[in-house]
Amino acid sequence: MLSKTVAELAGALTRKEVSARELTQAYLDRIHQLNPALNAYVTITAEQALAQADAADSRRAQGNAGPLTGIPIAHKDIFCTRGVLTACGSRMLHNFVAPYDATVVERLEQAGAIMLGKTNMDEFAMGSSNETSWFGPVRNPWDHARVPGGSSGGSAAAVAAGLCAMATGTDTGGSIRQPASFCGLSGLKPTYGRVSRWGMIAFASSLDQAGPLTRSAEDAALMMNAIAGSDMRDSTCLELAFEDFTAQLNQPLAGLRIGLPREHFTKDLNPAVQTILQTAIRTLESLGASFKEVSLPNNYLSVPAYYVIAPAEASANLSRFDGVRFGYRCENPDNLDDLYKRSRSESFGDEVKRRIMVGTYALSAGYYDAYYIKAQKIRRLIKQDFDLAFNDVDLILGPTSPHSAFKLGEKVSDPVTMYLEDIYTIAVNLAGLPGMSLPAGMLNGLPIGMQLVGPSLSESRLLNVAHQFQMNTDWHSQRPEV
Amino acid sequence: MALDKNDVEKIAHLARLQINDSDIVEVARRISNILGMIDQMQSVDTSAVSAMAHPFDAGQRLRADQITETNQRDYYQQIAPATQDGLYLVPKVIE
Repeated sequence: MLSKTVAELAGALTRKEVSARELTQAYLDRIHQLNPALNAYVTITAEQALAQADAADSRRAQGNAGPLTGIPIAHKDIFCTRGVLTACGSRMLHNFVAPYDATVVERLEQAGAIMLGKTNMDEFAMGSSNETSWFGPVRNPWDHARVPGGSSGGSAAAVAAGLCAMATGTDTGGSIRQPASFCGLSGLKPTYGRVSRWGMIAFASSLDQAGPLTRSAEDAALMMNAIAGSDMRDSTCLELAFEDFTAQLNQPLAGLRIGLPREHFTKDLNPAVQTILQTAIRTLESLGASFKEVSLPNNYLSVPAYYVIAPAEASANLSRFDGVRFGYRCENPDNLDDLYKRSRSESFGDEVKRRIMVGTYALSAGYYDAYYIKAQKIRRLIKQDFDLAFNDVDLILGPTSPHSAFKLGEKVSDPVTMYLEDIYTIAVNLAGLPGMSLPAGMLNGLPIGMQLVGPSLSESRLLNVAHQFQMNTDWHSQRPEV
Repeated sequence: MALDKNDVEKIAHLARLQINDSDIVEVARRISNILGMIDQMQSVDTSAVSAMAHPFDAGQRLRADQITETNQRDYYQQIAPATQDGLYLVPKVIE
């Protein structure tokens, strides 16, 4: 039962095969059993979850349940949750009980989803392995010696291990898609502005987007129906009419044109991953899609441009953490400057400090044009590459990550190597486009994801292609033995 | 661009961070490596390209200038490290 998809669980709830309370209790029991080894959750909200489950059961009995009513969910600890610790993987917020709910959290609660707890993550979402968390690393359920990916590593591990039915994540440079790839899940980063960022602790405001981590594309569509949509409290959130992301799931793929970026299929990509992608391409061909080569000539500049823009925005966003109004405060400060400096230095981890300093440097007098403006110009070149490609094709297919999940500690000592992990995903954030990772195969017992990228607001199309692929393959149904 | 000890100290001060003397060489080395990777950008001619701050070049949406929030100062200050009479307490700035 606990490894079923949201769609299957919704059916079981409707047919009264299980109640929301029974389901919630079963997940809580499994969390208590398995979380000590995985470290996927940092906070478990059992009491609140059971109360929400009872409310969901009565709502269902009254006949006004939606598909997510009674479905247990985990929230990445980057989302503010009223009355519940929201630590964002940082000692800085180790005592921060959020005074309000993020829009994403509020909407999922309105849809009847049951919050089981908050999941571990890289500190302030800065990382690709979940190893920068103040709460310690998360273990990949497929192999406990390996990372689950990051920064939404706790959410991905929780879904993969059956510690929740679905989870929220956020993606600034690949933080939903890469953990989805490493843990065998479907993960969608929506178009920039699709989902409200209100109450989502800001890392890089022009790149951050929230999205689902689920066991199937259909589940991701169900979650998108709850979380997408305009929000007066986020001025960058697009004002769009409600879209039913499940409406196109069953559309045939005949006539679909998919582009394969020549820059992604090179010797830098693990040959076994290439083979897996070729098999997936043949499956999609058999369903009516046609393929052609496209070019993203500036993709190689995406990591350099990102590591100016994201740290620059982060250095500004993280200046709010000053030890005065909330969060960590140092002991016995000598003066105000000492209060700021020691509160920040004692509670931010090395990677966060590094990025704040890179961003501060890029924005400082004398370097602003050479770094920040230059990166914003490159950002436009990257966007133009996608615009040109989408003149010829409906969407783009490629790898999510160069390889399967790597070992804990393997890359942590070299930041630049870790940054290059996101070479296939970062350009999508810079261009503000929707991107999705879905399981495409297995390599030595570990999942391998493939990435679909579409033009702005093409999430329904991406979900359609992913769903059709999943109707004809069973990679998304593989579960780790935990 | 390689940073030296002075550069790191200056940036750390601007960012209101404190770096231990024993760590400063390593911090300088790692940040210099990151800047080296970033410097790949400099080989591209972007003189004819305009900077892009937002994926859709969108401007800021404005709402009507009306009061919509209520005052929740006391509630919000419950999580503050130190307050008194509705004010946040910090070390004395002026003697």
